Amino acid sequence: MNGIAVASRQRTLGAAVASSRRNAWTLGLIGFLVLLLVFTKVMQPRYGVAGVQNLAISVLPLALAAVAQAVVVIAGGIDLSIGSMMALTSVVAATMMMGQSEEFGVAVVLGVLLLGLVLGAVNGGLVVVSRVPDIVVTLAMSFVWAGCALLVRAAPGGGAAQWLKALVLGSLGNEWIPKAAVALVVMVGLIWIPVVRSRLGLSIYAIGSNRLAAFRSGVPVGRTKFFAYALTGLYAALGGLALTASTGIGTPVPGPYTLMSVAAVVLGGVSLAGGRGGVFGPIVAVIVLQMIRTDMTFLSIDSNLAYVAQGVILIGVVMFGSLFELRRARA
Amino acid sequence: MTLTNTDLLLEATGISKSYGPVVALKGASLAVRPGEVHALVGANGAGKSTLVKILTGAVHPDSGRIVVRGRERTVHSPAEARRGGLVSVYQEPALIPDLDIRSNLRLTETPLQPFRHWLGELGLGELDLSSVARRVPLASLRIIDLARALAIEPDVLMLDEMTAALPADLTERVLEVLHRQRGGNRSVIFISHRLIEIAAVCDRATVLREGETVGVVGVTGGSEERIVELMLGEIVEALPARMAEPKERASDATPRLTARALSDGTKLQNASFDLYPGEVLGVVALEGQGQDELFDMLAGSVRPGGGELLVDGKPVFFHHPADAIRAGLVYVAADRAEALLMQRSVRENIALPFTTRLRNWGLIDLRGEQRRVDSAVATLQIDARAGVEVRRLSGGNQQKVTIARWVAGGVRTMLCFDPTRGIDIRTKLQIYVLLRDLAEAGAAVLLYTSELKEVQLVCDRAVVIFGGRVVAEIDAADADEPSLLRAAYNLRSDAPTPESLAGGMIAPAASTGQPDVAKADGPDVGA
Repeated sequence: MNGIAVASRQRTLGAAVASSRRNAWTLGLIGFLVLLLVFTKVMQPRYGVAGVQNLAISVLPLALAAVAQAVVVIAGGIDLSIGSMMALTSVVAATMMMGQSEEFGVAVVLGVLLLGLVLGAVNGGLVVVSRVPDIVVTLAMSFVWAGCALLVRAAPGGGAAQWLKALVLGSLGNEWIPKAAVALVVMVGLIWIPVVRSRLGLSIYAIGSNRLAAFRSGVPVGRTKFFAYALTGLYAALGGLALTASTGIGTPVPGPYTLMSVAAVVLGGVSLAGGRGGVFGPIVAVIVLQMIRTDMTFLSIDSNLAYVAQGVILIGVVMFGSLFELRRARA
Repeated sequence: MTLTNTDLLLEATGISKSYGPVVALKGASLAVRPGEVHALVGANGAGKSTLVKILTGAVHPDSGRIVVRGRERTVHSPAEARRGGLVSVYQEPALIPDLDIRSNLRLTETPLQPFRHWLGELGLGELDLSSVARRVPLASLRIIDLARALAIEPDVLMLDEMTAALPADLTERVLEVLHRQRGGNRSVIFISHRLIEIAAVCDRATVLREGETVGVVGVTGGSEERIVELMLGEIVEALPARMAEPKERASDATPRLTARALSDGTKLQNASFDLYPGEVLGVVALEGQGQDELFDMLAGSVRPGGGELLVDGKPVFFHHPADAIRAGLVYVAADRAEALLMQRSVRENIALPFTTRLRNWGLIDLRGEQRRVDSAVATLQIDARAGVEVRRLSGGNQQKVTIARWVAGGVRTMLCFDPTRGIDIRTKLQIYVLLRDLAEAGAAVLLYTSELKEVQLVCDRAVVIFGGRVVAEIDAADADEPSLLRAAYNLRSDAPTPESLAGGMIAPAASTGQPDVAKADGPDVGA
């Protein structure tokens, strides 16, 4: 019997099927994005470098919000305070950097990242200790963080260090490679990918997939959730810094980032029940959502109507994707 | 076949169904006569449940014909099947937990009078219909579910492992009621892993193996052998009477695990025993005698209310399952849903325990992990073809995954809580052999089992728990079913065995009530 050889061949085959199956949603989404790009180019032949630049800049904070949301949703939670945390970290950064030296800006950025970790940790700590449902705690904290942002600065203003702006504006080497996209790749690559490949990453997936099984296997459920929220806070702070860097100021009123991040997570193939998906899907989803808005503008559709269309497309895509998955599961 | 189609109440032919690469049914057939109780038997993964789901419209077959009373039927949904007289009852009761019983009945348009009648027949006549389903004990809910199905007088009633987690007295009631159904115009399809129950109530048995119908057997005395033979196919292996030779233990050996007067409120009082390296110690108890609490404590899920636990002679205290795992105590649950990440891969499920220490911030050594996972998969002969998501595996393979995760890390002490519940004979045998092998290799195994046969088969000795205390310790050589049963009822050995339990089965200790997830994060605060 060469059962082991057979088993290993089956495994290789299984792994190939597994990876294509697991990424099928994201691959489909990328296909949809390509269609959108072709459509845009056909409709607006002048769409080119400038368009890609604008796209990357507008996508950056949204993508970071989506990554932040994805982390906590995979862990079986949800964070409705992401937009408020972004606003708070953004105004803190803009206020402290205004009129200061470039070197001081480095300290501010590090401090703001730490602040993000703390904000997330407070959310996570409250969720774990109080046992109030995640959605309630983070909704409440969204008011708290938004209030704090207004206390720091009642009106938009402040400044940003030049190097920070230079980090996301413009292109790197080739004019087709926007710095904002590079920054996004670096921020995901340096933080999320090591986490996923570490014990913490598997624990995050485990508690989102089956709390009881994770607990019985020795996973510290509460601690893992706490870390997941802290990580979400860190990504929200990165989102806040991206806002400050791209606009040069801080705005105390939260943007549409919280709900957009939930939409991106859903569209990106992350199960709201936890335990399934990744951060790449939501990032692609953010680009898709942004492209749709751009195309609406090109088609000169009323911007209010564009919101309606965005909602319809969101439901349509998720429904289509679910039907597709259902068919495949039955096949 | 001498019967024509119209003589049959239900006839299914050429039923096929595949889930991706996994073939659940390939041309299975089933013919049920009016007035018979018809057993559907087969190893786990043979396709019994899929066939039942197809008959009740929950799953659509890829091909095949279903004929009821001579007329071809296509069943699209459970509601449609119900109207057509095909009703099934599963192991897990299908009642809405937050509604009271009466509302649950209204939901399925069940007539109240017949329901009352059947409830009385099943011994639950005094049930208050206004009680909320969530607060009714699980065993009673199963009976309610059955009474509800009987009340609408279906042509074909299907019971899918309905008795698997029922206490013995209730099982007896159910079997009586089924017995009385014989000879009428209606039929019952009965699925069970317990051949004794099948011998007691069934007229004929259809045997499935790997998705095919391999035989139809008239149930008479001695037909169990034939059924087992058909179920297993070529690998017919009569169960050996003993798998281990009794061996002397060094008198000065240190126990791997010592429980001293463990207590937990009223459920567990003064439970004491020793577990030595190299032995399989059986635990026998009727339902709800404190064995759930005992295993939860040993696994670190619940903190003991009193008493002391020693590992290798040193006192330990577990705040969290992680502490128990570090001390070498690993837990295999009866319910796979409590142990597995159903949507994740076989690999992640096996790798979960040794990758859970948050303090280690480094990257996981993916190669090394894969090697260990592969060797565990090979050791346990897991069919991991559908391994992308564990929920696609059969129940037996799922249970092997939960065991594999501990074997992969090297086992010192394994706590098995009814690990073979609802698993086919072939997988059971593999698990028995594995537990023996672990013991031979020096591990200590604590095995709670609801099947008394297993004690003599696998264990070196057994302790019996009654009312939260260890009331007896029996050597495997003397642990035949009658004496275990007497001890489990805390009877002296000269007292007669209760007649209703002559079958030698004890109800598995399913928790009475809804799964208590809140308990899971109990010890986690401040960790």
